[in-house]
Amino acid sequence: MAEKKTFEMEYSKVDTERMRLNVGPQHPSTHGVLRLEVELDGEIVTEVVPHMGYLHRCFEKHCEAMTYPQCIPYIDRLDYISSMNNEWPYVMGVEKLMGIEVPERVEYIRVIMAELNRIANHQIAVATFGLDAGAFTPFLYYFRDREEILAILEKASGGRLLYNYFWVGGLAADVHPTFKQECLDVIKHIRATNAEVTNLLIYNKIFIDRTANVGILPADVAINFGCSGPVLRGSGFPLDLRRAEPYSIYDRFDFNVVVGKGEVGTLGDCWDRNIVRMGEMEESCKIIEQAIAQMPDTGDVQEKLPKKIRIPKSEILSRAESPKGDLGFYIVGNGTDKPERLRCRATSFINLSVLPEISKGYMIADLILILGSIDIVLGEVDR
Amino acid sequence: MGLLNKLDDPFEGGGVLLGTVEDVLNWGRSKSDWYLHFGLACCAIEFMAMNASHFDFMRFGTIPRTSPRQADFIMITGTVTLKMAERIKILWEQMAEPKYCMSIGSCSNSGGPYWEHGYHVLKGVDRIIPVDVYVPGCPPRPEAMQEGMVKLQKMISEQAIFNKRKRMAEIDKQNEIK
Repeated sequence: MAEKKTFEMEYSKVDTERMRLNVGPQHPSTHGVLRLEVELDGEIVTEVVPHMGYLHRCFEKHCEAMTYPQCIPYIDRLDYISSMNNEWPYVMGVEKLMGIEVPERVEYIRVIMAELNRIANHQIAVATFGLDAGAFTPFLYYFRDREEILAILEKASGGRLLYNYFWVGGLAADVHPTFKQECLDVIKHIRATNAEVTNLLIYNKIFIDRTANVGILPADVAINFGCSGPVLRGSGFPLDLRRAEPYSIYDRFDFNVVVGKGEVGTLGDCWDRNIVRMGEMEESCKIIEQAIAQMPDTGDVQEKLPKKIRIPKSEILSRAESPKGDLGFYIVGNGTDKPERLRCRATSFINLSVLPEISKGYMIADLILILGSIDIVLGEVDR
Repeated sequence: MGLLNKLDDPFEGGGVLLGTVEDVLNWGRSKSDWYLHFGLACCAIEFMAMNASHFDFMRFGTIPRTSPRQADFIMITGTVTLKMAERIKILWEQMAEPKYCMSIGSCSNSGGPYWEHGYHVLKGVDRIIPVDVYVPGCPPRPEAMQEGMVKLQKMISEQAIFNKRKRMAEIDKQNEIK
């Protein structure tokens, strides 16, 4: 007993040297080209400094040189996992400034496409989060299902990842005749895989031990940092723009805003942020089913396309709920066919700013999990 | 593939296989290429899809490595910015010979959509490192990336290993512009 005591005393006297470790920019776990400068005390993280700019692709400069429709492909490439959701707030903003009322069929197709894309995004988020925790199987299952979603989006738009499908005043093309049935089929598969992954991964003892009580983000901190999307809702704060400020036709659908409840650990930990994404996939399935039931069968999706897009001297902040959170575009028109300025409120960038705050005091292995649970895309962070 | 053709026509009684050392070496080299995955942007997501269950890239004998010391070729998937270009150059120099480079997507081929106004985008990764296979597309389909892999395997299997200089000189002589 005495020996043990002396050992503890000696151990507490050991001066550990602070070490600065460089994670990234090319690292499989940083979800892109993010570089983290980490200060470690043994294995405990004491400081995290994210360095960005490895994927700065001059988005705003491009938009000043392009006409309004030409901006859309560059907006696709911001958050390249959920392109449809990126296009939507921009297109809505331009439509509002021009006073275009979009046909109802277009609105329904937009809702279905955006929700399909949201599911695809959350599938990648949960799959890569599982990879970070050491689970490879959900990754393979989700990428199998994601191909089915991409097949639908590809048939409609022609692109697998970057679509350029939402145009100002309408859509690039009408959907194919078997669109509704294909959507209903894919929803069945999504639900089956989600049930499987819930058993395999979400309520797995090892996964809960890794993710519960790790990276706790209280709701007040999240609000102070301006977080949105699953990061904010994982802390128990039910802010969803589809419910709070219903844009487009979201007031016609019945769906729940999924929030974290601290089911297996503390409220606002990594597990909660992940379960919010799982729940949102189910809610998106519900919205798609309702939209398919209500969608008009006929109608020209291009009847309201303007011949020439010119915006008078005016400005607008147009927001929509992207899978990552509250995505906004600040559009300033100057009377010509090119925007004077196009600013993007990038969700990933703002959500990433909370990382140094919530990762202090955890192990370095947990840092990777916390980063994975925030679900950033570096194309949107750096722009 | 010289070696596999000879497999179909063995000597009487079997058991004898004729081939050059070069054929055997190239056969082995081309069928087990380990790559340093350098995922940068949108193409990296398509690359993940190619690696996953639906397209299964590993049937080409490839294994993703995270260290340049263990890699046979580097895959540049995405937009190369000026800040990132230094890192790519360092990693390329850390790789052991023989090494190859595969440039995937319009951005790393030529700057892609960012070539005109992208003040922070390198207009093609071939400005800093030599590229063997270009895969066009923005982003390329997974099938296109696999086609690129087949092209790279073909290139490796036809390479000269022995008397390289002498044989290269002969080839140069044939190709000389008169």
